[in-house]
Amino acid sequence: MSILLDKSTRVVVQGITGKEGSFHAEQMIEYGTNVVAGVTPGKGGQTHLDRPVYNTVHEAVEKEGANASIIFVPAPFAADAVIEAADAGVKLIVCITEGIPTNDMIKAKRYVVSRGATMIGPNCPGLISPGKGKMGIMPARIFKEGSIGVISRSGTLTYEAVNQLTELGLGQSTAVGIGGDPIIGSTFVDILKMFNDDDQTEAVVMIGEIGGTAEETAAEYIKNNFNKPVVSFIAGRTAPPGKRMGHAGAIIMGGKGTAEGKIKALEEAGVKVAESPAVIGKTLKEVLGK
Amino acid sequence: MKVHEYQAKEFLRKYGIPTPNGKVTDQISEVKSIADELGGKVVVKAQVLAGGRGKAGGVKLAKSSDEAVEVAKNILGKKLYTHQTGPEGVEVKKILIEEAANIEKEFYVGIVLDRAAEKYIFMVSPFGGMEIEEVAKEHPDALFKVYVDYLELFPFQARQLAFNLGLTGDAFKQAVKLFLKLFKLHVELDASLTEINPLILTKEGNIIALDAKINFDDNALYRHKDIAELKDDSEEDKLEVEAHKYNLNYVKLEGSVGCMVNGAGLAMATMDIIKYYGGMPANFLDVGGGASVETVRNAFKILLEDKNVKVVLINIFGGIVRCDRIAEGVVKAASEVGVDRPVVIRLVGTNQEEGREILKNAPFKFYTFETMSEAAEKAVELSKGGN
Repeated sequence: MSILLDKSTRVVVQGITGKEGSFHAEQMIEYGTNVVAGVTPGKGGQTHLDRPVYNTVHEAVEKEGANASIIFVPAPFAADAVIEAADAGVKLIVCITEGIPTNDMIKAKRYVVSRGATMIGPNCPGLISPGKGKMGIMPARIFKEGSIGVISRSGTLTYEAVNQLTELGLGQSTAVGIGGDPIIGSTFVDILKMFNDDDQTEAVVMIGEIGGTAEETAAEYIKNNFNKPVVSFIAGRTAPPGKRMGHAGAIIMGGKGTAEGKIKALEEAGVKVAESPAVIGKTLKEVLGK
Repeated sequence: MKVHEYQAKEFLRKYGIPTPNGKVTDQISEVKSIADELGGKVVVKAQVLAGGRGKAGGVKLAKSSDEAVEVAKNILGKKLYTHQTGPEGVEVKKILIEEAANIEKEFYVGIVLDRAAEKYIFMVSPFGGMEIEEVAKEHPDALFKVYVDYLELFPFQARQLAFNLGLTGDAFKQAVKLFLKLFKLHVELDASLTEINPLILTKEGNIIALDAKINFDDNALYRHKDIAELKDDSEEDKLEVEAHKYNLNYVKLEGSVGCMVNGAGLAMATMDIIKYYGGMPANFLDVGGGASVETVRNAFKILLEDKNVKVVLINIFGGIVRCDRIAEGVVKAASEVGVDRPVVIRLVGTNQEEGREILKNAPFKFYTFETMSEAAEKAVELSKGGN
């Protein structure tokens, strides 16, 4: 089965008529994703990419049965878009937008949780269940259907890892980019839990980076509850403290959030951590004994 | 984004939080009259963004206005060397002169985001004046925390904070009001860190913010134009400032392999793999997912301005954008900028063969590779003088 997304998922694209939204919606449709509608306030009644456009997410849910949303809305309006989707009853909300204020995300996250929805991102590449569908901006051709779950805080580094897996014949069940911001919808642990319960997933690749304590928390969970092999890579061993490395959340502060600390925690939890980003696939292959 | 102490204190006063009387100046000739106005006994404080200025001699007490002038001469226009400035130090361009307070007690007060809890924490401690990391390490029991839900501090929480500082009577009431105002400021102004260290109780029984530090959420500056205007990048690395003008994510480091990568995670991983093969990265640089001609050109400019850079390593994972287009862009950018150092390029993605062919035929010393390891190994070798 894959997690979060499969062929039955009915996707609405918020911001479908914008440049980014339009481009990626087309790619998603081409990949076979079940995109049922778009939403752009003020453009309701139009048709875009052969899909009906609505003014509100509520209408898209009511008329097209949308149960998942992907958001390509500019940062000042993105948190509102997330809250609108949750309010409309959408159960999976993927927010691609980068640069959303922290206070906006604190509010949006609380709202999403209160409605029992799952949010992925923001500031993320989205997710893909190879062969079933994609809600994201990743290049679909590097993915291959299979049994490896992938979770990552990064975009292109995920593509790098997935490319290695595919070239070694290790297909993926679902790959989830959870995003590089300080406050994100779903954490490593949230996604690990789903992979733990997923029959298709036999092992997991987890790609972390400096900043915060999400990897340490994930290590604790893996040690006590996770029953599948995990291979990891942590980016930022050479990053200096106090400097933000591109992602809003990638910063070592007050001695916390270092790559060393995260690697140590993961290794203590039995996770094999790849020494170099070039051997993530190879490391997993060794762990699986293939 | 950081602001200076005197600017942070202006925000505090706007929210009704008392600070000592004082005035900021960049002129030695004004010091005496300012100090006289404030009653003679004053504190002269260097206005720099770097932390650790107290220990570095940037904060001095003067008992008279004449002494204030002497003290100011040793601070204003001079360089300050703190643990955050590095060996280059920073020049003190402004000083804040404040009336000296009669301190009865000092406290620490701070608001930060707890990423794991996804909430702000309001922290107080009776160990004022100490760095918070030190307090957390040496007196963890003396650090009292309140987790704030709903982006609003409730009065009972403000009372808990004040009770835990052992305050009573009128001072307690003042502190409760101050905590409520401070949290309101933190949320309304989209601060990422708000600190008063120390907050003091004066011998006269008043609660005053003796120091103030506010950092703002860069992502929210679009809705605070007045705060965005306060940006002072004079203490930042010159290349970093220039890179920001081009909207490039760039962090200067000390090594000799200049990196140009699309995506922040891959950019960090590229730095790591350079070190893995025995070299040192000269920088972090994320040119964004698309890697357009314009961003690549600007990135080349920044990298080549760094004289420590012996070789440029370009690592592009072509996602949606085709590799032949990226290769054309790299060649175009390289000829416009006039690249004078060897360039190692690792390019993968759609049309990668066509892309590499374009690079091979270009009139530059381009080394092209398919894998990250080969490219990093070659770049490290070249950075050490090999060829």
